[in-house]
Amino acid sequence: MQRREGLAKLTGRERYVDDLPLDDFLWGATVRSPAPRGRITAVRFGPAVDWGEFVVVDHRDVPGPNCVALIETDQPVLAADRVRHVHEPVVLLAHRSRSALRRAVAAVEITVAAETPVLDFRAAPRPEQVQYGADNVFKHLRIEKGDVERALAAAPVVVEGTYETGAQEHVYLETQGMVARLEGDVLVLEGSMQCPYYVLKALTHALDRDVTRLRVIQAPTGGGFGGKEEYPSHLALHAALLALKARRPVKIVYDRAEDMAATTKRHPARIRHRTGVTRDGRLLAQDIAVLMDGGAYVTLSPVVLSRGIIHAAGPYACDHVRIDGRTVLTNAVPFGAFRGFGAPQTLFALERHMDVVARTLGIDPVDLRRRNLLRDGQSTATGQVIRDGADREAVLDHALTLSAWSEKRDAHRIFNAGDPVRRRGIGLATFFHGAGFTGGGETALRSRVHVAGLADGRVEVRTANIEMGQGTLTVFTQIAAARLGLAPADVVIAPADTARVPNSGPTVASRTTMIVGGLIERACDDLRRAAGLAPDTMGAALGAGLVRWHDRHPGSEPVGVAEYERPPGVAWDDATYRGDAYGTFAWGAYVAEVEVDLRTCATRVLDFVAVQDAGCIINEALARGQIQGGVVQGIGWALLEECRWADGAMANAQLTNYLIPTAADVPPIRVAFRETPYPLGAQGAKGMGELPLDGPAPAIVNAIADALGVEPTEIPVTPERLMAIADLGLRIAD
Amino acid sequence: MSESAIHNPQSAMSITMRLNGVEVSVSVSAADRLLDTLREGLGLTGTKEGCGEGECGACTVWLDGLPVCACLVPAYQARGRRVDTVEGIDAATLSPYLESGATQCGACTPGVVMTAEWIRAHQDLLATHSIRELMAGNLCRCTGYDGIVDAIERATADGGRPR
Repeated sequence: MQRREGLAKLTGRERYVDDLPLDDFLWGATVRSPAPRGRITAVRFGPAVDWGEFVVVDHRDVPGPNCVALIETDQPVLAADRVRHVHEPVVLLAHRSRSALRRAVAAVEITVAAETPVLDFRAAPRPEQVQYGADNVFKHLRIEKGDVERALAAAPVVVEGTYETGAQEHVYLETQGMVARLEGDVLVLEGSMQCPYYVLKALTHALDRDVTRLRVIQAPTGGGFGGKEEYPSHLALHAALLALKARRPVKIVYDRAEDMAATTKRHPARIRHRTGVTRDGRLLAQDIAVLMDGGAYVTLSPVVLSRGIIHAAGPYACDHVRIDGRTVLTNAVPFGAFRGFGAPQTLFALERHMDVVARTLGIDPVDLRRRNLLRDGQSTATGQVIRDGADREAVLDHALTLSAWSEKRDAHRIFNAGDPVRRRGIGLATFFHGAGFTGGGETALRSRVHVAGLADGRVEVRTANIEMGQGTLTVFTQIAAARLGLAPADVVIAPADTARVPNSGPTVASRTTMIVGGLIERACDDLRRAAGLAPDTMGAALGAGLVRWHDRHPGSEPVGVAEYERPPGVAWDDATYRGDAYGTFAWGAYVAEVEVDLRTCATRVLDFVAVQDAGCIINEALARGQIQGGVVQGIGWALLEECRWADGAMANAQLTNYLIPTAADVPPIRVAFRETPYPLGAQGAKGMGELPLDGPAPAIVNAIADALGVEPTEIPVTPERLMAIADLGLRIAD
Repeated sequence: MSESAIHNPQSAMSITMRLNGVEVSVSVSAADRLLDTLREGLGLTGTKEGCGEGECGACTVWLDGLPVCACLVPAYQARGRRVDTVEGIDAATLSPYLESGATQCGACTPGVVMTAEWIRAHQDLLATHSIRELMAGNLCRCTGYDGIVDAIERATADGGRPR
């Protein structure tokens, strides 16, 4: 099935939040902190502006608790007396004219009595820098399996390494935007978002307003990648406060510079490995320490850390594992959800380190991975026994064959011996990604889905899960149509509007197809029951049955309901971090071939092969496109995308100097799927949205190491960074 | 236009352009970008703003038949000229883009379509440039570009139906 809303997008008819018709509205804007940390001593409204024309909102206008409710309630809607990061929202303004608004924002002067900020997450804070708990640690987690110290002491070889990954900006092409308007007594928020019910929760809390007087609607969303998981709650609260004070609709749309400077990014991380191995490459012990920069408020950092450490030991069998994870406060703009959610950081370190281990031992990096890949019946670091029938070695072999691994290695030897200025290399990463919420998260969410029978014989799927480019509308249509034997045109997907759809959880964590899709299947079955139809009723008979039901029950509708239930045999202990961390994992093996120009130190990806087993594929074209896009985002993170910081602010908050890959920067991404059915997922599918961010960076940097014989440990491997670590023996005169 | 009009961003003037084949008159002020005039003045919201500084190509339109970033063009420069936007593209010609998965979130898509359709109408360029080079001015964060490149290959392989 082709993308359902595809033609509307291609013709420009799809209406995003900034395109929606809106009468008699005001533009909203945010005045932000100029300093990373301190006490607000004055807010002055400059004399050149007629402030009577403006709606002005500050923290005193927040009716309820002044916080954006998420995991904790530490982050204010609007800073009251202190600021903790540059660009922290302090004052909101609204006006009919966007240009008048821009001038007014510049005319508000916020004075901050500076205090010593924390600007380097790797350094222990001095006493005067402590701003959270006793030590600025937002969350400390530990995974222990076996006895690491004893196993390391007994290991014939111990290999150590430290790896660092930088922040990454989402660069969804549609910036953040939100409209707030009053419809009678109901405050309606409509905008670009991944999680309507997160926004609803934040509004209920800070506005002290009953859910019956609130409604959140997702507008078509131009990309999210995690960047529209938690941040839209801020825009919604800001727009709501302005609209309540103005008694008129208010629209806030960030321009690119504000979006890049003020919203969340991928957590920077430093990961240390101490690995005990036998001389022939069997893993004996993995001792891993993960440190993440959380930024100025807690936001989602504890769960990003959790996913990060659970993935840190990789898809390998090892009896003795210790993973210590901390995420700490700095006075940076808070870091947040980004596709992969902590796992890309720890998997970069692991897979880079695996190559260092292989080189230390003098064995082939393929052989090292092959020897240690999990077999069915073996367990992960948390003790989760893997029994999904997927053949991880076959995934690896598929990638080696498709990439012509052996032939390329031979060809590179000849090329590198003969070319004066270029070096080629090939690199590999094997990895996994857990689908759905971590641990007991899905059980706690208790997601609900409705499928209603309409009077004309069609059905309507009602979930809070949203389309942001990944294909939700199309895949949900396919799932319901297949389950009920209907044509796709007879399946309506309800808008993600909290007044109309139940809370089926957020559109995050690679959970939409696998988990919510599975609930759609069950709700379809339940619809037959609700409509008094036999359990095997399909197609035209089902449609006719729904029409008959409506004829007999005017003013009512049959609704099939499904609610998430913990699968039997799955157990997780949050206190000890032992057990089944995820319902299932998708498995990947990615191969990158690169060429480094010794004159410029620029790296070019010549070929990229992405093989994965993510269960059964429901829509091959959409799945392939999602993998290709994720790989290219990973190539950007590995080679190009570098956030530069100055006093806690992003210094390159524009697309002129924060570079993401263009069509000319990347090769075709060659994708293959192996499809081991996952019985609990919709149509046998596993989650796969985040998986493609995990493999590219280590595969590419391993290829650079192969090409040059150096061991880069930090990404992005920009030409400048490569130049600093590798004296490549070439001078300008060459 | 007068000095004072340039210095006063509020002062309005009326300009006429040939928009998607139709003569239109619209009031613009000196500070307006063509992008604002299309979206807010004329209600053509198909053209998107991605970055506002000519880096991403989401606002690509044709000015006298050449692709430009509408965020970099002062609206008054469109006076007396031809402007073509995504709204003027015949939907019936877009099936290669749908079949190849050239759109995901859709925010870059109208700009991608305008550049891609321009390539399709000027296929002699493919003798000296690759599709990837010609598309390098349009950033896409979802597709990894394969769907877009495949679509253009497909659209140009079938003769491209010159426009």
